Order: sequence, then C-alpha cells, then structure tokens
Amino acid sequence: MPACDGPTIVVKDHYQLVIIGAGPTGLSAARVAADHGVDVALLDEQSAPGGQIYRAMESIPPARAGLLGDEYQHGRKIVSSFRQCNVDYLSDTQVWSLNSKREIGLLQGDEPLMISADQVLLASGAMERPVPFPGWTLPGVMNAGAGQILFKSHGIVPNDGVVLAGSGPLLLLLAWQYMHAGVKIKALLDLTPMRNHLRALPRLPRALMARHYLAKGLVYKKDLKRAGISTLHNVSDLHATGNDHIASVSFRHRGRQRSIETELLLVHFGLIPNAHLSRAAGCEYQWDRSQQCWRPELDDWGGSSIDGILIAGDGAGIGGARTAEHAGRLSALQATYALGIIDKYERDQLSRDDRKWMHDDLHIRPFLESFFHIPRKLLGVPDDGTIVCRCEEVTAGEIRMAVADGHSDSNQVKFLTRCGMGPCQGRQCAEAVAHIVAAAGGEKVAQGGHYRGRPPVAPLTLGQLASLYPEETE
Amino acid sequence: MKADVLIIGGGLIGFSAALQLAMRGSRCIVLEKDSAGRHASGVNAGGLRQLNRHPAEIPLSVAAAEMWHNIDTLVDSDCDTRFPGQIRVAENAADMLLLEERAAMVRSLGFQHEEIIGRDELYRLAPALSPHCVGGLISRKDGYGRPFHTLDAFRHKACSLGVEFHSSTRVDELERSGTEWSAITAKGEFRAPVLVNCAGAWAGRIASAVGDSAPVKPGAPMLMISERLPHFMDPVIGAASRKLSFKQMQNGTLLIGGAHMAELNLEHQTTDMNWAKLAVSARTVMALFPQLKNVRIVRTWAGIEAFMPDNLPVISSSTSPGVYHAFGFSAHGYQLSPVVGKIMSQLILDGKTDLPIEAFSIERF
Amino acid sequence: MFKRLDENPAATVTVTIDGVQFNVPAGETVAAAVLASGFGHTRTTVVSDAPRAPFCLMGVCYECLMVIDGKPNQRACRELVNDGMKIECQHATGRL
Repeated sequence: MPACDGPTIVVKDHYQLVIIGAGPTGLSAARVAADHGVDVALLDEQSAPGGQIYRAMESIPPARAGLLGDEYQHGRKIVSSFRQCNVDYLSDTQVWSLNSKREIGLLQGDEPLMISADQVLLASGAMERPVPFPGWTLPGVMNAGAGQILFKSHGIVPNDGVVLAGSGPLLLLLAWQYMHAGVKIKALLDLTPMRNHLRALPRLPRALMARHYLAKGLVYKKDLKRAGISTLHNVSDLHATGNDHIASVSFRHRGRQRSIETELLLVHFGLIPNAHLSRAAGCEYQWDRSQQCWRPELDDWGGSSIDGILIAGDGAGIGGARTAEHAGRLSALQATYALGIIDKYERDQLSRDDRKWMHDDLHIRPFLESFFHIPRKLLGVPDDGTIVCRCEEVTAGEIRMAVADGHSDSNQVKFLTRCGMGPCQGRQCAEAVAHIVAAAGGEKVAQGGHYRGRPPVAPLTLGQLASLYPEETE
Repeated sequence: MKADVLIIGGGLIGFSAALQLAMRGSRCIVLEKDSAGRHASGVNAGGLRQLNRHPAEIPLSVAAAEMWHNIDTLVDSDCDTRFPGQIRVAENAADMLLLEERAAMVRSLGFQHEEIIGRDELYRLAPALSPHCVGGLISRKDGYGRPFHTLDAFRHKACSLGVEFHSSTRVDELERSGTEWSAITAKGEFRAPVLVNCAGAWAGRIASAVGDSAPVKPGAPMLMISERLPHFMDPVIGAASRKLSFKQMQNGTLLIGGAHMAELNLEHQTTDMNWAKLAVSARTVMALFPQLKNVRIVRTWAGIEAFMPDNLPVISSSTSPGVYHAFGFSAHGYQLSPVVGKIMSQLILDGKTDLPIEAFSIERF
Repeated sequence: MFKRLDENPAATVTVTIDGVQFNVPAGETVAAAVLASGFGHTRTTVVSDAPRAPFCLMGVCYECLMVIDGKPNQRACRELVNDGMKIECQHATGRL
C-alpha cells in the first residue's frame, strides 16, 4: 500500500549500493552516494521516508508537528534533501535475507525478489530495549515508542490518562510531547536509580561540551514540573497488574509500596541496535558495557566484519539522530571510495566535517549512558514468574532452571525451552535471556551470549519462496 | 584425568556410546569442543525412520526402532516421540513401480516393516495430500522425536551413571604412550586405554590423528520451519521421486527438509542458505500440499554433518589398537543412535557385536 | 484507552473489526485503527490463550498478529486500512 504516487520502479537485479533503512542514516547516505553518481537503491519497510524518529514527516499536519518539538522538525530538511536525489527508492519493502555475498532477499509488498549489490549499508536503526517485568505482557502495556508512533503517524493519544515508567531521554521527551497535546499524565515513574547521578558525574564535564542537549532536558523537566505532572524518582519493583488488561501499576518509592490505577502504561528502558538482519548475515558483534548492548564490530567508516557490508546510525550503536546523519554520510563516502568512484584523498577530505560534527555530537553519550544505566538486577528479571519470551511464554524461572541443568548459553536455553523460537524470533527476549544466563552462572554476556541469527528475518510464505528461482531444479 | 574410555564428540553417538558403556560399568569421559548437541545432533529433522534404509543399515534400524519404542526405560524420558508412521508417496505409476520393487527387496531380506499401500489407505492416513497421489510405501512404526531433548536425556542419564562430560574442550592432539591414549586439550590431558571417535564432521581429523583414513566430507543440509498451525498431518511424508522430508511437529510447526546443502564455512562454523534450492524444496511441498501456499516460513538453518562417499556410516574398530570409530551418519543418524551406542559397547567390551557391522568398516576406503 | 486528536479526518474508509463496522481515517495502520476504535487486544496466545495487544507498533514484537481479510498472522502495525477490510482478533495459531 504505497503512499506516494510516483511511477512504479522497475527493480534492477544489481545495484552498486543498496541501503536498507530510510531513517536519518539511510536518507543522508543515499543523498551523498547519489550526488557522486553511485547507482543506489534505498529499501525501507515503511510507506514513506523518515524511519522511526522522523516518522510521518511528509504527511504530518503542521499543528501536530509543532507539538513534537524542534528535533523532529529537523528531519524535514533531511527528507526533502533525499527527495531531490536520484535513487531507486523502494518503500513498503521488507528485507528477509542478506548474506556474505551481498545477495538480498526482499518482499516488495507481497512479491519476493532477489537482488545483489557491490556494497550494502545497513541503516536499520534501533529498537527499544525490551526489559521484562511482572505483567509486561498485559494488553495496555506498551513501549513509549509505540505511544510516539500513534501520536506522530496518526494523531492518536491516550484518552483516559497514562502512566509513563522507565529510564531514558525518550521517556522525558514523550512526557513533554503528551503534555503539549493535553494528555493526562497520571505519573512519570523514573526508574533511574539515585546512584546513577554519582556514577555519571565524572562524565559530566565532557557532556557540557554538548550542553545544548543537557539544557533541553532541563527545559523539558521544568515544563513538566510547571504543568504539575507528578514525577517520582528512584522508583523500583515495577509491576503491572490486571486480568485481561492492565488495571493498575504498582511500584516501590521511598521505601513504600504504592499503586496507581491505569489502563495504559508506557515503558521505556533505553534503545538498542536493531541487529536482526546483520546477525543473520553473519556480522560479528561485541558487547558494549557502557551502552549495555551488543554492537557490530566496525572500522572507522562503518565497515563490518563482512567485506562490503557497512553499518551506520543507531544500528551501529546508540548515538542519536544527528550522529546518525553524519555516520550515514561517512559510510556512503566509504562505499563510494570502495566502488572506485572517488579516491582515498577525496573520501578523507569530504568526510572531515561530518567526522568533526559526529565527534561533537557524541560528547553527550558517555554521560547519558551512565546516567540512564539500567540496573543489572532489573535486566536479570529477578521474579521467576515473569514471562521473558513473550511469544512462547517462557518464564525467567524456567530459564534459570535450564541453566542449572547444564544449558549454559542462550542457544542451548533456546533449544530446550523454545525461548526465542516464536514469531518474533528472539527480538524481544534475546537480551533478557543473555542477562539471566550470565547471572545464573552461564556464559557471560560479553562472551557471545546471543541467539544465532538465521534468515528469513521476516516471514516468507511457502508460495513466495516457491516463486523464486523458477529455473532451478533438484 | 584418567578413565576407562575417552569419547570424542558430545553428540547423540558419543552420549549413546557413553551411556551403554557406563551401564556396563565403564568409566567414561566425553570430550566436546563446543556444547552438547551443538551440531548435527541438536538440529536435525528428528526423523525416526526405518523406511528406505540401505540394506546394510536395515538390521540396525529395526533394532533401533525397538529401542525407540521403549526409549523412556533407557533414558527416563520419552524424548517427545510420536509414531504415526512414515510414508514415501507415489505420484504416478512409475513411482509406484519403484516403491513396489523396493518393498519386494526388503521382504526378500526377511524384513516386514515396509508395506505398500494403495490410494484409499494413503488418503485415510494423510488426507491433506494433494489428490493426485496414487499410493505409497509405509513403515507404520516410524515417527519422529525432538533431537535436542533426546540428547539432553541421554546426557543426563549417562552423567547420572558417572559419565564425566567436558564441554568447550577441544582435543588438540592425540598421543599414544604404552597402552594408553592421551587427549591433549586446553583444559588438560585426558588418558584412557580406549578411545572412541564420535566427532561427526570432525571425525576425519581424529581418524587421521590415530593413523586411519576416512574420507569424511562435512556438509550442511538445510531445514526450514514454519509458524505453528493447527494439527492436520500425522505421518511423516517423503516422496518416491522427489527430495522431501515433511512433518508436522508436536507443537504444530512444519519442519521441511530435502537434503539440499547450504554453503558451509567449516572453520567459522557458519552457513549461507542456498535460496535457489530452498525454492525447489518449497515447490516440492506445494506440489504435494498446494493448500499450504500462505504458510509462513519463520526460520531456516543448516547443521554441520559428516557425509561418507557411500552414504553409510563408519562403525568399526580402528587399525590402531584401542581405538574405535562411530561417525559419518550422512544425515540419517538420529534414529540409529541408540543402537549404535549398544554396538560400540559390545565392540569395545566383548570384541564382537550382535548386529552385523562389516559394511561399516573404516577399512573399506 | 485512546482517542484521535482530529475528529474530522479528510478521508475515511469503512472496515469491520470483529464484525463491527467502523469508519476510520485513511492511512491508519490496522493496529492504530483497532486501538483507537476501543479494542483492548489483537490476539490470544498459542500457549495459554492469554490476550495480547500491540507492544512496540514498529514491527518487532509480533504481538499485533491479526486475521486480515481471511489471512492470519498479519502484523497489524504493518498493514494500512483499506475500504471493506475485514479485521479479526486472532485466536492462537493461524488457520490453514
């Protein structure tokens, strides 16, 4: 169901550069590569460009855009710049496979196709860190990002009030956006532990070099306070309770058990790279202790462990939207150089500004990572009855039992319990399982600790698969 | 660390041998370079098949089937086995002729487990099949289990009988000193008078290290699995003249194989799927089950298996003293694994076996 | 649970959700339309028949699986509403 009215693109078998993801990284990269005459295809699963952060940029009514703040508006420039360049933009296109030979399986709507590329840039961005807690699978419990998607794309907001809970800048941003839209925020439960203030202190001086960012955060907080929105700090023991739907959220605050009635709870525990496709392709990953997530092994230009596959933006490590733009351009320049279109000197010259700006943008990160560090206890899902694998309903207790039984890594736990074998193929449980396994004495998270990636990374029907390679026989 | 028997390879064959040896009082140590069942043993299609075996394997397979039907007395677990039968489907007269010849051959060897069925019986057992099929060859007591859970049960039982298991312990070197073999690993030296090579795709290297030669070819047969579906298929389905292994698992997912190979990088233990061949597999499924057009494949994978040039395993003593081999099951070892363990224990402890294993000698190469 | 800020959208389409007819803004995803129309859940689980509703709305949680125009296991957050679309809560597995 494409939103744009352009002529149907005839997809080629092969491109010099295929970019996957039309967020700030992919859009900026496409522009740069196209400007150098590279033959580019940009693939994206959504109907319109913008990715997550600049979602609905081309269709959002101005009044709603105004409620979202300046950072959102910045995306307008990126999207319109992209629209001026000459690339094959394939929207509504799902990628289901990528291999080390840079062969790409895609679904254009319902039609399967195989294409290949000399260079591939993965710009799939981030997803919210899934942190299981008791009751998190109840209807009415959603990610803060889900609230943003409803708001940005459709102008849909909570009707009967909402409780926001978790830790991270996005939570604060959403609270501020909701406040401006007149949404009743029953409470903002900040699960950031008090000790994180101390933890982050040594990183404050560097963060001050990006003080506009800090200042913005303080403004949001001030606005929320002035609007009388109740923010509780140092909250712990988050529970959602209800039968078929959430009816209340309970928690611990200042030593007391408390509870708030609510039919909607939006949670946020930071962002992690979207790694599903790159892992299925076989890219190597390593654990980043500061970001508390796995990041691909990359060189200075975003080159991954697989020749010709680059990763940039939040998919490479959480750096935010501005960093993503710069990183996209750097990787595009690298791809352009690898294609022999520019030489090393030109690549280095052309990249200088983006490198500098990216370096500046990243000043804030160590501070944010420390300040919003999620407590290990929470990541380790202490309550045995909490569902960890949402799809197959495997609990933390069952996982711990599997480890006690000798299954000391995520993959063995998965084989035994079916954790990670459901429709989402481990996207929502991989992190938690790795943390639980490590805490139970199994394989350390930094030593691997993640499910093996396998294609297809989006479901393909037998009929769709059967229609590929019609010439091939047994 | 000393024992009576050192077993290299922590898969189904290794643990089956360890179990049977331990049941007869041997002290065994199993050395596995990765984790238990990490390779072929943990990720195969789980077929419990006597049907369509090479004549040399038939006696072993029939004996194994007996063990499978009583598996929980052996390993305290039913391994989630089901026995709805396996059918090779005939789509036309030529297929039927092929199957009839096969059935006659098996009967002539004195075995009754492969039975020709006509159209009516075929559709009674597998109503979901496309209506063009004409009959089949069935082994009624065949079925399927869950490989990883099977391995887990064998491991637990073996360890409860005193078997020592070391994972993440790769054998780097093998040395003989006097009457003992010494396996040198990063975790230390393990010694025993008897060494058993159950190292699957890596068994060729172990064989060379003890002075034997075996043309093991590692391969990675591809499998694909669907979303869960309501139950509609009991028996496991193969086809007389197509490459197909099709079953609906206990949890409703469809597991589809076809002996097509992925591209394997043995050193990194990684595989790249061959989508062209998977497309052929999908077309095969569609030919027999057109109504499955919209069923979604959620995952593909390929485990690392050992293939022998004649598709028969090596089950034999070595030319070197104190060494025994059990490897090379060429993608059909799961069903044989319980009996292979028993055979190894007899070979090692008694010097002879109840079942004939001459066809599996390592010296045939 | 949810409301639409714009109560008079420029273009609407008619869909049914579990048999009930709704006029929803064109361009909405099925998941958004289902939530904004007051439905609390999209499916019940395979393992325990527990009700579930969208969690991420960006295609990575697979909680929003619904039967759309007779096809099961469709991610409602990835489908846009169409005139005449039949949307149903999915119970456990897909049907054949």
